[in-house]
Amino acid sequence: MNTRGIINTSAVATGAQATGVVEGSMVTLAIDGRVVTARPGATVLETCREAGVHIPTLCHDPRLEPYGACRLCIVEIEGMRGYPTSCTTVVAQDMAVTTTSETLRALRSDLVELLLSDHKVECLTCEASGGCGLQDLAYEFGIETSRFEGAKHVSEVDDPNPLIARDPAKCISCGRCVRICDEVQGCHVWGHTKRGFDALPDTPSSVSLLDAGCEFCGQCVSTCPTGALTDRVGRFRGRRWEVTWTETTCGYCGVGCAIEFATKGGQIVGARAPLDKGPNYGNLCAKGRYGWSFAQHPDRLTTPLVRRDGELTPATWDEALSLVAQKLAAIRDEHTGSAVAGLASAKCTNEENYLFQKLLRAGIGTHNIDHCARL
Amino acid sequence: MIAPDTSTPRAAYEVRVCAGSACVANGSLQIAQRFEEAIARNGLAGSVRVIKTGCHGLCARGPVVVVGPDGVFYPAVDLDAADRIIVSVLGDREPVEPLLFRESPGADSIARYADVPFNARQQRIVLRNCGVIDPESLDSAFAAGDYVALSTALATMTPEQVIEMVRDSGLRGRGGAGFSTGMKWQLARAAEGDLKYLCCNADEGDPGAFMDRAVLEGDPHAVLEGMALAAYAIGASEGYVYVRAEYPLAVKRLRKAIADAEARGLLGKDIMGSGFSYSVSIREGAGAFVCGEETALIASVEGRRGMPRPRPPFPTTSGLWNRPTCINNVETLANIPWIVANGAEAYAAIGTGNSKGTKVFALTGHVHYTGLVEVPMGLTVREMVHEIGGGSSSERPIKAVQIGGPSGGCLPASLFDTHIDYDALASVGAVVGSGGLVAVDKSTCMVEFARYFLAFTQDESCGKCVPCRIGTKRMLEIVTRITEGHGQPGDIETLERLGNLVRSTSLCALGGTAANPVLTTLKYFREEYEEHISEKKCRAHACGALSTYAVIPEKCKGCGVCKKNCPVNAISSVIKEQYTIDPDTCVKCGICEAKCPFDAIIRV
Ligand SMILES: Cc1cc2nc3c(=O)[nH]c(=O)nc-3n(C[C@H](O)[C@H](O)[C@H](O)COP(=O)(O)O)c2cc1C
Ligand code: SF4
Ligand code: SF4
Ligand code: SF4
Ligand code: FES
Repeated sequence: MNTRGIINTSAVATGAQATGVVEGSMVTLAIDGRVVTARPGATVLETCREAGVHIPTLCHDPRLEPYGACRLCIVEIEGMRGYPTSCTTVVAQDMAVTTTSETLRALRSDLVELLLSDHKVECLTCEASGGCGLQDLAYEFGIETSRFEGAKHVSEVDDPNPLIARDPAKCISCGRCVRICDEVQGCHVWGHTKRGFDALPDTPSSVSLLDAGCEFCGQCVSTCPTGALTDRVGRFRGRRWEVTWTETTCGYCGVGCAIEFATKGGQIVGARAPLDKGPNYGNLCAKGRYGWSFAQHPDRLTTPLVRRDGELTPATWDEALSLVAQKLAAIRDEHTGSAVAGLASAKCTNEENYLFQKLLRAGIGTHNIDHCARL
Repeated sequence: MIAPDTSTPRAAYEVRVCAGSACVANGSLQIAQRFEEAIARNGLAGSVRVIKTGCHGLCARGPVVVVGPDGVFYPAVDLDAADRIIVSVLGDREPVEPLLFRESPGADSIARYADVPFNARQQRIVLRNCGVIDPESLDSAFAAGDYVALSTALATMTPEQVIEMVRDSGLRGRGGAGFSTGMKWQLARAAEGDLKYLCCNADEGDPGAFMDRAVLEGDPHAVLEGMALAAYAIGASEGYVYVRAEYPLAVKRLRKAIADAEARGLLGKDIMGSGFSYSVSIREGAGAFVCGEETALIASVEGRRGMPRPRPPFPTTSGLWNRPTCINNVETLANIPWIVANGAEAYAAIGTGNSKGTKVFALTGHVHYTGLVEVPMGLTVREMVHEIGGGSSSERPIKAVQIGGPSGGCLPASLFDTHIDYDALASVGAVVGSGGLVAVDKSTCMVEFARYFLAFTQDESCGKCVPCRIGTKRMLEIVTRITEGHGQPGDIETLERLGNLVRSTSLCALGGTAANPVLTTLKYFREEYEEHISEKKCRAHACGALSTYAVIPEKCKGCGVCKKNCPVNAISSVIKEQYTIDPDTCVKCGICEAKCPFDAIIRV
């Protein structure tokens, strides 16, 4: 996977400081006249971001390999022709980078205007609004309407899947969906299709995501900078600025991904992963991203139940666990440990699974132990 | 090391029938067959030989047949003409006077191909064997000297010496970018890697360009020899020829050439016993122009969608499967054996300042002689158009040339003294490019001309980056509406702004140069844009929406042919003898103009 992410970068940088790596192995360069040190191999964009210098981007995602498609991150570099893209240019010793100038601003602003000229602008109801890269840039450059006009892509796409909403009329062809599916998921559901103005990411032969082998991890949704790919489940259930994000650890499996849940009115309406936290650094699987409706399900158990007089009745953990321990011990004493079997869960960590088998083997004395991941 | 096959007597009288794509399309293979049958019938197979060659250059006058040691030239040969030529060939071998080339009907004939004015200024290095040898015969290539340079270099030169020689020759890449070939090789040689590739770029997708096709069809061994020399120089052991599938004849001849060369130990393992190994495979491209861009080519060879990626890293550092990869153009490579055989100085003596050697151009448009020409760098546009091209093919003067295809620029007649070399063309906003050269007369609307090229690049944009994908589309929409009579004030400024944006911010050179046709026509033919926009007028009468047909009363004889032929009944005779065209009904099909026996209808 990608090793260039800002997260990984800072990890390397901190590591370097901690182990006392000398300045000499770092690269010194000037950003807008300010001297900055950078990790060799870092891109100009990464270095600028670490130094707190803002450069607009749309096709960049730290989870992905540098791509250079939106052209918004252009800078001027002394001795280099034209306007190199900072996301694809690697730092060099004594490089002199200019990130803002009248010309750069005009070029970037025109690029945003071009994007807006082929965009279904409906921020009033768009799910991306408030978290949309294009909207932010239109604001940054003060573009009320695009000077350029002409043909536009239309929203025609009939994809009946329950999780991912697609609107090609809002796609900016940044290729992030294609790349995350290729580079991170290895699923290759998306591809670039057609040429010229008509070029757009799509599934093979434009089949639905269900037919294209999509795993519904929602990684493409997570990287899409606009409203072209959005979560269906959270639709109209909370604007970006209305929800509260709560950070936690995903309970589904032993990986323990960092996850944030969006809630509004005490209800979960969405999930995402913070880019800068491991082990998953922004990535989630289908269960983590979309499998949270159980949390509010009326059938969900919120406390242990113990059968009393044939009726399942709420109990405390202590009551429930003592009862289980008591019954297991009785079975072992009466029928030997082999009468007991244990099935461990993929939801547990390795350490938890280790303790579980220890309990069964040493505590109960059985070899009858298995794991749901084997099924 | 190589002994040419001498089983065919060298003294045989040779009849060269052009089997380049253009002549084949005009029936040259049937003509060759006619000759062969007649020769066989007369039992003269030993003394008269038909050679099916590559392109001779003068495609406009094909099928081309060139006969005997003097090179007697018969243009536009059909089966009847072939029969008469056979009589001469099998008989007294005197040129068949009525069939010889004439500049115009009734003019004096010119017997030798070399004396045709089209050839006078040409100098053939790349095309040295095109039209001379049988491209499907390795022996024919041997006889013309192919593979001598390779055998000499392998036996007597170090790779560094080959690089030095090519660098000193001043050769620059003919694929468009014009980067020093010697320097590129040096970078590739210095790159670290146990496996290196040397590839040939034969994607040639520019509309109107067929230089590389002609070389591959006419002398494939020259390209293979150039590849082997380049591979030896940089230390490559494998390579691909990336050739468009739309060039079936080139692919076929190349495939045969590779097989023949391998069978004789000229390619593959331990070439000519030198210990150096280099093997070549063919990859057929599916016809995307952008796949000619080197990083897109790499993606395509690797089996991915042909989309360019930012450089650095340059392919010489990290190319095919991340190995050092040197990619050279067909024409670049075909120069190499000549340079190695004749020395750097001989090559550097041809051409101008920073532009050495020759360049092949595909000359098309409104000139007398269209076709393939190879000239020393530094000829002027005027010499190209008037001396080689023979000037305008109509009574209308040539008003502009577009050099360098869709990435190139348009130059007005006032700049026809510009030298055709890298620096001089760049100083006026054009490029040598890959070598398309279109000359147009006054019947061409420069706005429409620019629109044509822009429509091509927009269509061929890979769609990766914003300025190229959307910017060229917006430009195309504006140029199109100008040609349709819906131009608005401010359109020119918007075109210039977008043109600058697309040029400055595109990822690859497709977008980087896409605006050139519009920007140069805006620079040199601005008044045509202005007239279209403010006066709704196309001075060339080429833009359908801005022109209509009219009857010239003085010329109209009242025959009524126009009225009978008009498909929409737009023509009426008001008074008995005077015909008029109702511009609102007219659909501008032009049938009346074509049908009028008195040339009384014109486009206005
Ligand atoms: C859109 C585009 C199309 C190109 N097509 C070709 C081509 O058909 N043949 C070619 O040799 N070079 C083509 N090039 C140039 C190649 O990228 C590259 O510069 C060239 O093959 C290098 O060979 P040279 O150094 O011998 O010229 C193209 C470049 C661009 C941007
Ligand atoms: S994708 Fe962004 S710019 Fe487009 S409608 Fe949605 S919020 Fe607005
Ligand atoms: S769908 Fe989103 S991520 Fe994919 S290319 Fe379009 S804008 Fe980019
Ligand atoms: S400039 Fe055009 S062809 Fe080149 S990468 Fe960008 S979109 Fe593709
Ligand atoms: S972020 Fe660099 S080109 Fe898009």
